[in-house]
Amino acid sequence: MSKVSPREMAKKAEKKPSAIGPDIDLNAYSVEAKEHGKIQRLKDLSGEVKEKAIHVGVDAEEACRSGSFFQMDHSVILSSAYKSGLEVMSSTEALKKYDWLPDYWWKAVNVDADKYTAQAELKQNHGYFLRALPGAKVEFPLQACLYMTQDGLAQNVHNIIIAEEGSELHIITGCTTAPRVRTGLHIGVSEFYIKKNAMVTFTMIHNWAEDVEVRPRTGAIVEDNGIFMSNYVCMKPVKTLQMYPTAYCVGENATVRFNTILFAREGSKMDVGGRVFLRAKGSRAELVTRAITRGGDIITRGHLIGEVPGIRGHLECRGLILSEKGSIHAIPELEGRVNNIDMSHEAAVGKIAEEEIQYLMARGLNSEEATSVIVGGFLDIEIKGIPEHLKREIKKAVRMGDEPLM
Amino acid sequence: MIELKNLTVRIEDKMILKDVNLHIAHGETIALFGPNGSGKTSLLKTIIGIPAYRVESGRIFFDGADITELTMDERAKLGIGIAFQRPPAVRGVKLKTMLRICMEKRGIFNEDKINEFAHKLNLHNCLDRDINLGFSGGEIKRSELLQLLAQNPKFIMFDEPDSGVDLVSIHLVGKVINELLEKEKLASKRTKAGLIITHAGYILDYVNADRGCIMLNGTIICSGNPRDLLEDIRTKGYEECVRCLK
Repeated sequence: MSKVSPREMAKKAEKKPSAIGPDIDLNAYSVEAKEHGKIQRLKDLSGEVKEKAIHVGVDAEEACRSGSFFQMDHSVILSSAYKSGLEVMSSTEALKKYDWLPDYWWKAVNVDADKYTAQAELKQNHGYFLRALPGAKVEFPLQACLYMTQDGLAQNVHNIIIAEEGSELHIITGCTTAPRVRTGLHIGVSEFYIKKNAMVTFTMIHNWAEDVEVRPRTGAIVEDNGIFMSNYVCMKPVKTLQMYPTAYCVGENATVRFNTILFAREGSKMDVGGRVFLRAKGSRAELVTRAITRGGDIITRGHLIGEVPGIRGHLECRGLILSEKGSIHAIPELEGRVNNIDMSHEAAVGKIAEEEIQYLMARGLNSEEATSVIVGGFLDIEIKGIPEHLKREIKKAVRMGDEPLM
Repeated sequence: MIELKNLTVRIEDKMILKDVNLHIAHGETIALFGPNGSGKTSLLKTIIGIPAYRVESGRIFFDGADITELTMDERAKLGIGIAFQRPPAVRGVKLKTMLRICMEKRGIFNEDKINEFAHKLNLHNCLDRDINLGFSGGEIKRSELLQLLAQNPKFIMFDEPDSGVDLVSIHLVGKVINELLEKEKLASKRTKAGLIITHAGYILDYVNADRGCIMLNGTIICSGNPRDLLEDIRTKGYEECVRCLK
């Protein structure tokens, strides 16, 4: 029997709605975009673009970055690695360059999962290919920015990230829109392959416009002693955001950690989860979410599936409701399929305790200042195992998004 | 320094303080005794300005100014400080952040000073921990004092600084309270004033109180030499106070 190609599978799923999240009429968005010219370095970006990019973690000076990828609408305007052992290019270019790449194409995410993955296959507009060669360890992160300038555009990217054996790769990726953009659709497929003894830290910062719809589709396969740490920050308005990144711990002692920070204003609907299949002895997962609503609706999901003895997993979700309107719905799921596993969860949703505000007021802060300090602390997830400068970057992104709260 | 005049306070429908009168002068330290539920903590929380403690009648004066309607932070800025008996844990807010806040509100921030204070109270290992989260009883008491050192208030209230504290810690707690209240200075030169709630009176072995007051059913019923009052309470119990009132 001949093997069915991803394209054929995608065609069958073209109209398949996502299992969760509001449905989107894909025809409402244009798939045609004008071409943008290439640039040599990020400092060549216009002031306006630079300003927006900085807010999603992009270092326009590239002083503390080991490589950059910048995609504007459907055009890859920059892709460069500045350190040896790293590869940065568009995923379409990588497909042409490496005949082995199909082995990584739609292997961590199902092409026919829903109409969004199908569209990413059928109407792909590049995306990035980032790879650390065996043993390569680079202190400074690679950065990638997906930028939308055209109102009403659908941007369908497919990213592949490979950390070869014994390598270490830090990535900061920011997705944002030009100031005049109101509506749009961003579909981002990201497939991670973390080989033996490799480590990937991936920090994704989203900063969309109020009427943009966002459907990331992420999968990660983690081998023996591999580490995958994914940090996701979305502090700005978005119309609808639905994602449920899934990691597969297939190697012994594979480790996965998802940190998620969400802030939803009125009109924003976020449905964000994290799922980890613990399939090998000694594998571990920790999922930590902080969600704040000031009028928006947040569903925060977590799902751990323990498939072999000797695994450990923990889910933690804390939600703060700061206004009369808005909701937070925490859905933690633990699924143990064998005995001798250790999985747990804790979830708490509520408002800031009056007693905590008063405690800070007794030290001289007014009510707004006290609230701001408590919210700042609430968002300050202790991110273990990543370089100090990356921690600072994440804190900076959270602080930037947090400004209206202060 | 602080004066309570005919203070009557309610929480919702319940009257918790009735016609309380108290004057504490500059340099003076008062020990406040009373059985559980007599209103001692409520008195401190009313003075610091927790909104649920609604002043129905009477006034609170601080350095001559009426502060009855001021918010908690306004009172703190004037120089009123408190060591809570059971402060809440604030997840994500580090002890060091709190100390920075206390100092910045005074217009100063000195990292060396924070470290010096923390070493003094044996809390240097707690600076990067979330405040009060998983702190032992002794650590909570010392952390409250540490914040007061950073805040440096003029009038300081201590709510049972000696409860749940071991003998080594209580010595340290007493030493720092003495420092906060400028006990090393001549009585006539002291500018700070203090109000200390104590159940068992252990702290009075380390801190010299000038006067003691006994609270019963939301009212200060008598005052006198703190050691004599404590001795009476220890030997005769508060039942004697009730009988004495009849």
